[in-house]
Amino acid sequence: MFLTPRRARRLSAAALAATGLLLASACTAGSSGGSGPKADAKQTIEVWHGWSADHEVKAFDDAVAGFRKQHPNITVKLVKDQTDDRITNAIRGGNPPDVVSSFSTDSVGSWCNSGAWQDLTPYLTRSKVDLNLFPQAVREYTQYKGRRCAMPLLADAYGLYYNKALMKGNQPPKTIGELTALAKKLTVRNPDGTIKVAGFMPSAQYYEHQVQHLATEFGATWLTPDGKSNLAGDPAVKAYLQWDKSLIDWYGYDNVKKFLKSVGQEFETSNPFEQGKVAMAIDGEWRTKFLQDEAPKVDYGTAPAPVPDGQDARYGGGFITGTVIGIPRGAKHPQAAWEFVKYLTTDTHAVVTFANGLGNVPSTLPALTSPELKMPPQFTTFLNVFKSPNSATTPPTPNGNDYIVKFQAYVQDQWEPGRVTNLDASLKDLDTRVDQAIKLNGG
Amino acid sequence: MTALTAPRAAAGAGTRARRRNRLRVLAFLSPWLVGLGLFFGYPLAATLYFSFTRYDLFTLKYVGFANYRFLLHDTDAWRAMKNTMWLVAVMVPLRLLFGLGIAQLLTQIKRGGSLLRSVFYLPYLIPPVSATVAFVFVTNPGTGPFPALTRHLGFALPDFFNDPSWSRPGLTLMGLWAVGDLMILLLAALLDVPRSLYEAAVLDGANAWQRFRYVTLPSISPVLAFCAVTGVIQTLQYFTQAMVAAKVAAGQADTPGTQVAPGYPDGSTLTFPQWLYDEGFRQFNMGYACVLALAMFAVGMLFTLFLLRRFRAFTSQEAR
Repeated sequence: MFLTPRRARRLSAAALAATGLLLASACTAGSSGGSGPKADAKQTIEVWHGWSADHEVKAFDDAVAGFRKQHPNITVKLVKDQTDDRITNAIRGGNPPDVVSSFSTDSVGSWCNSGAWQDLTPYLTRSKVDLNLFPQAVREYTQYKGRRCAMPLLADAYGLYYNKALMKGNQPPKTIGELTALAKKLTVRNPDGTIKVAGFMPSAQYYEHQVQHLATEFGATWLTPDGKSNLAGDPAVKAYLQWDKSLIDWYGYDNVKKFLKSVGQEFETSNPFEQGKVAMAIDGEWRTKFLQDEAPKVDYGTAPAPVPDGQDARYGGGFITGTVIGIPRGAKHPQAAWEFVKYLTTDTHAVVTFANGLGNVPSTLPALTSPELKMPPQFTTFLNVFKSPNSATTPPTPNGNDYIVKFQAYVQDQWEPGRVTNLDASLKDLDTRVDQAIKLNGG
Repeated sequence: MTALTAPRAAAGAGTRARRRNRLRVLAFLSPWLVGLGLFFGYPLAATLYFSFTRYDLFTLKYVGFANYRFLLHDTDAWRAMKNTMWLVAVMVPLRLLFGLGIAQLLTQIKRGGSLLRSVFYLPYLIPPVSATVAFVFVTNPGTGPFPALTRHLGFALPDFFNDPSWSRPGLTLMGLWAVGDLMILLLAALLDVPRSLYEAAVLDGANAWQRFRYVTLPSISPVLAFCAVTGVIQTLQYFTQAMVAAKVAAGQADTPGTQVAPGYPDGSTLTFPQWLYDEGFRQFNMGYACVLALAMFAVGMLFTLFLLRRFRAFTSQEAR
């Protein structure tokens, strides 16, 4: 095609204009909002949450109904199925919703540290919210280095589930010694020595028997007070590892691997506890709902997780974690957002309504004794674990729960297969790697 | 005077015309140049800049070479690099050979060729996540049909995806299964080789190997180079299949409050992009993730340059 000079000039001008438009559109993204109107002004707030199943979305909507009545001037727009990545990107893009919630406490350290989630202390002080509403462990996982940027929105508590038929009349164990003896007694093997029914499967590769859930029962503290990795220096970590390995060796590592490969999926009807393939297991409170729906014929009981021998005073506690909710930096209606967060996390009726709908542990102490709370009898164990002063959680760091991820990989890939020749040296090496990663993230 | 100024004026007009022409060319090129600058130049410069910072997507602090020093001690990054290099060194050539072999066979088939082309191409059309989940299930020693079949035949398949020494070969096998992309390109290249060249070679007494080495290979060399370079780049970015295979094989999901280290079993499926993602989006350590991205970019460039040089040796003067 030939171009006359005039035509060429027109075309090149058009190309330049298109380029200018492209640049202009690229430069206009990402404006941020101001401090926003007062809470009593007419406004709409946008709330992002992670629940997606119909009954979950309905439970959240039911919990919010009371807020809508109390604050008719505030219209609440609920947006379901949101993830940590989307939350982070929305905040960074300067156009976040007014309220965000996360299923995981992993990012709390990062969000608090960077200010991505606003410090709620001024709001809490102004509204005179007593933080003693929440157990100590919950107060810990909603802050980082004194900066409280999240509030707890329901919780998960862990305890021991036992299949009454497979227990053969034995009482649930209260100590690790009793657990070990009972695990061996209740285990049924096939003629070739492989496991048919496991009394208790200690491996960190077994569903909820991850390191943070089991080592916490031994009293693992994870970090030193100054935020350094404390795996090598913590006798509780070594006690957990030695118990784990000794019971795995009793089963035989190959048998354990075969058993793990043969069992079904954790959140399906093929779950081995629901199938009667394990007599005892540590699991979250949500399993009661799964058992009710998927295996109603299984006769089971629950109890707090066993504690090491000689530490009877610690019995009754367990691992705790939960969903968190907060106000992102750049929220356009922060005052109304705080009213919403405060209502949903501190109002007993709202907390109980939501807990009933989801089958989770309500996250305030008054809600635990509310007559509105309707749960199966086995659920009481988890309510008690939640309020126990002996319950614990994993401390937040600026790089999520990376120290747990690294320790879990160490246990399942190195320790349990017997590849570790020097426990102290390997744990010190792991401490160094964890500390380097925390330091790299500004911890 | 007139005699002096006329050539000068003509020269001035020529310069102006050249400048106008240059500006016109630049104006025509400007959308592409701006696109390149915005979507390649700027991200590259920003990545370089962020690599000297501690950046969690919200706060930014200059840390000098701290991120680069950390890379020297990061055992996970080196393990991921080793795994990725293994896949580049083994999976890329094997896929290339396998794709070429199938394409060569398809050129010989007289009947049913189009059906076979579809059969070999179909696995490539399956979305990577679905394909990986299916592949891990059918090779599962406990429940998979293939291990059950081979047991009946008297031998046992290795425990792909649960045995650290077999997980990368397992991924390679999966890559061979979905070789349709290469097969179709190489088939087109093979069919494009002029028949007269083969006839001349036969007249000169060339055997089958010599015809392949001195006729086929030089003729399809540009396509082979393209396949090799894109194969290396794709494998350096290998992410989805490795991550899904590890998750399915481990039977562990990321549940609230818990996360699983990538690379099950024993870090054997941890690829470099997975570690980059993990650092950037699990640990929010964007500065260090940028260092990893730059390292991957450098390795990719080196491989590309090396491959282009190597393939030039095969290429005939005409093809160049």
